[in-house]
Amino acid sequence: MSSRRSRSRQSEAVSGISDDQIADLVSKLQRLIPEIRNRRSDKASASKVLQETCNYIRSLHREVDDLSERLSQLLADSDSEQAAIIRSLLM
Amino acid sequence: MAPEDPVTVSPPPPPPPPTPSLKTKIARRFVKSLAEVWTSRKLATEGGVRKRARRIKIAAYSSMARAVGGSRRAWSRALLAKLQGRAKRRCHLRSQRCLGLKRKRAGSRNMVRNEVSGSDKLRRLVPGGKAMDLCNLLEETSHFVQCLATQVKVMQSIADRYSV
Repeated sequence: MSSRRSRSRQSEAVSGISDDQIADLVSKLQRLIPEIRNRRSDKASASKVLQETCNYIRSLHREVDDLSERLSQLLADSDSEQAAIIRSLLM
Repeated sequence: MAPEDPVTVSPPPPPPPPTPSLKTKIARRFVKSLAEVWTSRKLATEGGVRKRARRIKIAAYSSMARAVGGSRRAWSRALLAKLQGRAKRRCHLRSQRCLGLKRKRAGSRNMVRNEVSGSDKLRRLVPGGKAMDLCNLLEETSHFVQCLATQVKVMQSIADRYSV
């Protein structure tokens, strides 16, 4: 019992990061995420921001996958002359 | 005769070239790796679309991590380490299936309970996130999201530019 109390006190002391600091970082993150940015409300709850961030990161990963497929397909689709042109432009 | 007193005025140093934007840095590196993939004879075969796509994806992540100065950010360090580890494993264990090592979960359970919930999911998504405290995690996430979004934009514009 006493150990539980001391542990909770310890946890409060360890998180010396101020709430303001965290709130600042959360709002900075909020501005980057298109989902929340478009809504008018400034005060999205922190957990909402984290949730939307996770969704956003996952969707970005999916886009990278799709675009990689697309870019890979581009070379196969275009006939050899076009492919040669593309290659020479990139060199 | 007043002696001439030439005040030596050294010409002002030329202004340093503006540091390239994040988008430019990422674009440069990615285009270079993309060109390597496209001109690689090994991958130029018809059936190599999948393989090429995977190489392009790897190139995207590694160019993104390198463009920010590979070791400057915790996420870029972790990402490069993961990519290099994967490359080595693929070389050595090509015949074996990847076992998906799940280790080091016990340590993170007893971490400080912050008021912000949902950070666990975020930790799994951001490279290196498991070892960070909340403050660093949020900081790294902001930067990571910015870079990833830029990477996507770069890939998008290349794909749009070259698709017929």
